[in-house]
Amino acid sequence: MAAAGGHSPMEQFAIKRIAEIKIGGLDLSLTNSALWMIAVAIFSTAFLVYAMRQRAMVPGRLQSAAEMLYEFIAGLLKETVGTAGRPYFPLVFTLFVFILFCNLFGMLPYSFTVTSHIAITFALALMVFVIVTILGFVKHGLHFLHFFVPAGVPGPMLLLVVPLEVLSYFIRPISLSVRLFANMTAGHTMLKVFGGFVVAMGVFGVLPLIVIIALTGLEVLIACLQAYVFTVLTCLYLNDAIHMEH
Amino acid sequence: MDASAAKLIGAGLAAISMGTAGIGIGIIFGNYVAGAMRNPGAAGAVFGRVILGFALTEATALFALVLALIILFVF
Repeated sequence: MAAAGGHSPMEQFAIKRIAEIKIGGLDLSLTNSALWMIAVAIFSTAFLVYAMRQRAMVPGRLQSAAEMLYEFIAGLLKETVGTAGRPYFPLVFTLFVFILFCNLFGMLPYSFTVTSHIAITFALALMVFVIVTILGFVKHGLHFLHFFVPAGVPGPMLLLVVPLEVLSYFIRPISLSVRLFANMTAGHTMLKVFGGFVVAMGVFGVLPLIVIIALTGLEVLIACLQAYVFTVLTCLYLNDAIHMEH
Repeated sequence: MDASAAKLIGAGLAAISMGTAGIGIGIIFGNYVAGAMRNPGAAGAVFGRVILGFALTEATALFALVLALIILFVF
């Protein structure tokens, strides 16, 4: 996928070392990915702390923005899980804010999209999967295994249904991670490919430029949407573990 | 048939399935618009699920894309 000038659209996803840190044979260097994750963490914490510092009863604009973010996820969690989901709000909120700002920071020029690497998204998805599974076994003990046996299924069909249910359960971390990673990677690759067209087409490069403008808008929408979808699915999986209705 | 030709054909086949995901997305939004025209008041309440459905269907298309890219660049 080489464009004009020998630059590949995939170069933007390369991990570069910024500061060498080697501890006892382990390469713990600061990479551009880690740097942007630190930036996301600092920005989201600073935003929420600064916006809420007044704690006014009638919120101003900034406090309103922070409160809307809180309300959105609190409402989502309440709608999917109910009041039993309240203890898991920090997890869900952190996931949403982290993925949202990682995706949005990737839209800045010359930045690096943290969530465009399957390693990052799979770590997040695996964490959600392990937490939800452990939660299911803690809350219901071995009765949690009945989750894979839907009610009202006749005997012989169980031989077919149970392995399918187990498979679809274990597919969850994979689908969760690949959905986020593929959306981010595909979007940014498309932007770079059209960017190559703009340069290559000279005067007529205005046409791919218009497409890039539209695509950038779409990418911002997709950035927010994918954070929302990841969070909604986490809430749904939490609901499956807490209330075991199939 | 040598490997690089087989790779190209395999990637093309995997990419065809993305068209069917496009049909699925059209179904979601078509039904949403049809329902909203019958019952405009309920349109706002269900929009969240429309977006969720769109994202999940889009994900299937992107799984196919990832498969095509794996066939092209990993093997």
